[in-house]
Amino acid sequence: MSAPTKGSGMAWVGRSIRRLEDPALLSGRGRFTADFKAVHRVRFVRSPVAAGRIEKIRIPEGATVITASDLHGVKPIAPALHKFGYVQVEQPILAEGVVRFVGEPIAAVVGASEAEAEDVADLVSVDIAEIPAIADARAALAPEARAIHEIAARNIAVEAKFETPGFAAAEEVAERRVVVEIRSRRQNATPLEGRAGLAAYDAVSGRITLTCATQMPHLMRTAIADLLGMAESDLRVIAPDVGGGFGQKMSLVAEYVVLVWLARKLQSSVAWTEDRRENLIAAFHGRDQYLRLRGSFDRRAKLVALFAEVTANVGAYSCYPTTCAVEPLMAMAELPGPYDVRAYSCIVRGVLTNTCPMAPYRGVSRPSITLALERLMDIAAAHFALEPPEIRRRNLIDKFPYTSATGLKFDEGSYLQTLDMAVAAIDLPAFRRRQQEARLHGRHLGLGLATFSERTGYGTPAFAARGMGVTPGWETVELSMDPSGFAELRIGASPHGQGLRTTLAQIVADQIGVPPERIKVVHGDTDRTPYGWGTFASRSLVIAGGASLLAARKVRAKLLRIAGRLLEAATDDIVIEDGIARIAGTDRIVAIESLARAAYHQAHLFKGDIDPGISETATYDPGGTFSNACHAAIVDVDPDTGRVRIERFIVAEDAGRLVNPMIVDGQIAGGVAQGIGNALLEEIVYDDAGNILTATLADFLPPTSREIPPIEILHLETSSPETVTGAKGLGEGGAIGAPAAILNAINDALAPFGASINEIPATPQRIRAALRGAGERRR
Amino acid sequence: MNDRANITLTVNGRAYAISVEPRRTLVDAIREDCGQTGTHIGCEHGVCGACTVLVDGAPVRSCLMFAVQAEGKAIRTVESLADGDELNLLQRAFMEHHGLQCGFCTPGFLMLVTGVLERDPGIGDEELVDVLSSNLCRCTGYQNIVKAVRAAAAKMRRR
Repeated sequence: MSAPTKGSGMAWVGRSIRRLEDPALLSGRGRFTADFKAVHRVRFVRSPVAAGRIEKIRIPEGATVITASDLHGVKPIAPALHKFGYVQVEQPILAEGVVRFVGEPIAAVVGASEAEAEDVADLVSVDIAEIPAIADARAALAPEARAIHEIAARNIAVEAKFETPGFAAAEEVAERRVVVEIRSRRQNATPLEGRAGLAAYDAVSGRITLTCATQMPHLMRTAIADLLGMAESDLRVIAPDVGGGFGQKMSLVAEYVVLVWLARKLQSSVAWTEDRRENLIAAFHGRDQYLRLRGSFDRRAKLVALFAEVTANVGAYSCYPTTCAVEPLMAMAELPGPYDVRAYSCIVRGVLTNTCPMAPYRGVSRPSITLALERLMDIAAAHFALEPPEIRRRNLIDKFPYTSATGLKFDEGSYLQTLDMAVAAIDLPAFRRRQQEARLHGRHLGLGLATFSERTGYGTPAFAARGMGVTPGWETVELSMDPSGFAELRIGASPHGQGLRTTLAQIVADQIGVPPERIKVVHGDTDRTPYGWGTFASRSLVIAGGASLLAARKVRAKLLRIAGRLLEAATDDIVIEDGIARIAGTDRIVAIESLARAAYHQAHLFKGDIDPGISETATYDPGGTFSNACHAAIVDVDPDTGRVRIERFIVAEDAGRLVNPMIVDGQIAGGVAQGIGNALLEEIVYDDAGNILTATLADFLPPTSREIPPIEILHLETSSPETVTGAKGLGEGGAIGAPAAILNAINDALAPFGASINEIPATPQRIRAALRGAGERRR
Repeated sequence: MNDRANITLTVNGRAYAISVEPRRTLVDAIREDCGQTGTHIGCEHGVCGACTVLVDGAPVRSCLMFAVQAEGKAIRTVESLADGDELNLLQRAFMEHHGLQCGFCTPGFLMLVTGVLERDPGIGDEELVDVLSSNLCRCTGYQNIVKAVRAAAAKMRRR
């Protein structure tokens, strides 16, 4: 990045400064949606069954309860996708005639308090003629399976195929084929704050303000205004402090549409805060995929052809804006992962079932495809009697830019180097000795690796390739400096824990010569910020950060011109440093505040030359960039109980230029913790009738401090040539690599028993079952 | 359920005369009736610990206690920790060690740790990890919370 703050000798970018967000959050002064007061509270009556026809809804006399029949003219949620045989299923805002999953909202009850609304909701009775439910994707694909939506006769919402020319021939000549079948069970992202919304009518303007826990405030505004047929300018959406999202809060929430409708109808304020049960059964889910890979290797263990079949359970409806195709299509595009394989064939499907709809969850598809690919690599390594790092060394891409079999362009990365760093940190030969010794004493250690790429910061071309009705990608920022020299950066991105107020201020500070605490980053308010896409897909630091840099350069240029005029020097001779502009090499200076003041109050000095005020806008729409990493896990598996203890976890990663290493490490550690939950603990369980069996946090188990080991993080910084800051995104990598590293480690530990496990979470029960199965096979 | 009880809750040294239904949970009373919204509700079934407050010095899940049960007891919430804008030692440690991201679980962790360290300032590192496993955080992966708490405990012991 050019032109750092001079004088102090320290640029702000690259420093682990403390977060500007923290003091309020630490002292109970954060403002989350549920902290705001409303006149009315809403409780949703939800379907207790997975499939059925609604026959009658009985509403207690005098109660304010709305159902689908009240919502005349309100459009259903029906995101569009123009490719891949996508079937545009519709989700009514409240269930209309039929219910399709346990937890689907049927009615909204309005009360003066949460307790009153809950009491009334208990009195609403819904007669439903139950229909046998289909909870599993493979069951939904069976020829005799009932159609969950009439429009999708085979329950296939999306189906895509890809094959490179000459694929069959490439498979034919290979030395050895390895097949792996993977099952990645269903998860819930489980932000500690669930969904919450408050819609308030303003009698003066007639506008509605929707305060809600969202990752995409601007798109929520567009979507809700569209569905309700209202002027978008009559709706303001505010995302205040948001208690985690991880993708679950990026999709349109039907309940928020109801809140806005109610606020208009009642001309009042109405609020809904979901409870944990609602979150676990009816907020969006993630994962739940079957993957089958067939890898064909030459005699040097080089992967020469890869076939993949991915079956993703997408639930009962399609989420807006990404559509339910997001998981299968990303799997198709990215499955070859970080490996150089030119012959590739795949078929991916998104399958409708009577389960909670799926939405993007941290990693989106890549935790599952990485799991499958990395298992494939380890199984192949065993066939070739190679150590896991060696087969990866023979297959990782190492020339850049690299164009993949599916046409993705990989920018400069460090796949081999991060692998070597992680393996060196483990000390492989020493580990193998220790593993042998431990086995003699009945302890079963295992080592697992995961090498992967993380495609991040992609702009409109990448999204356009998917053919979505909505094409996100760019970000706009507005940077202004007021007459007192304080700056305000207004962004369309919408952070909810990522620390963007700090990191974007660092990027801007280096350009405009004032410290980050004098730069206020404003986000999450459609009235105050330029239209933008929000925070998801590891994009904000790259794209909003890139736009911030571009806007800050414009402000810097203006400050230099004003300083040149005030100091009577050529602009090129001026440097900006630590709050002042200086004629380089002299003691002739002017404070940044004085430049700002002059820009507004002494505009006559610059008339006809420099416009008054300091306010600049910039938009950034990058092509995309790939981070990369190698995760290494050492686990200790107790064969008697199936318990897995993680002894060490190492992340060697390269996300390009790091703006704030402390925040980077926090993102990685948090992602790894979710990956550990994915690998060992977390599972949303449906029975065959589509009932959800994991509706409390005592059943669905996010990890605690006991299950997460210290995570050792090593960095490389290969600056991206594709981004203006040199940074790459990294918010998801932790969650992408960890499941594969852990499952490989478990399998390494189980190898002496002849047992293997290709399903996550690898619970004690599943590990014991694998050991029993191996024991029976031996008998 | 509608018979209301008139009670006085003492939150952070201040008395709040409130009228609540007997079924009102302590956390709802603290947030809705006393207006102290720093304490958060994460699960309402006693697992996540986001609602942890101190009741007579002991960490309590305020979603599992009725407001009427807390009458006459000293309740402390996250709002009591800082002195004006001056963060206390534990809060500063969370900031220095990046022990929070979205900040939603943070008040619960702060109150859990405050109670534990007041009771047992010499608590061992391993025992501390056990205690911290009482609460859930979805953002940090816990290690920075563990580091922050160990650092704060060490500083408190040196005082």
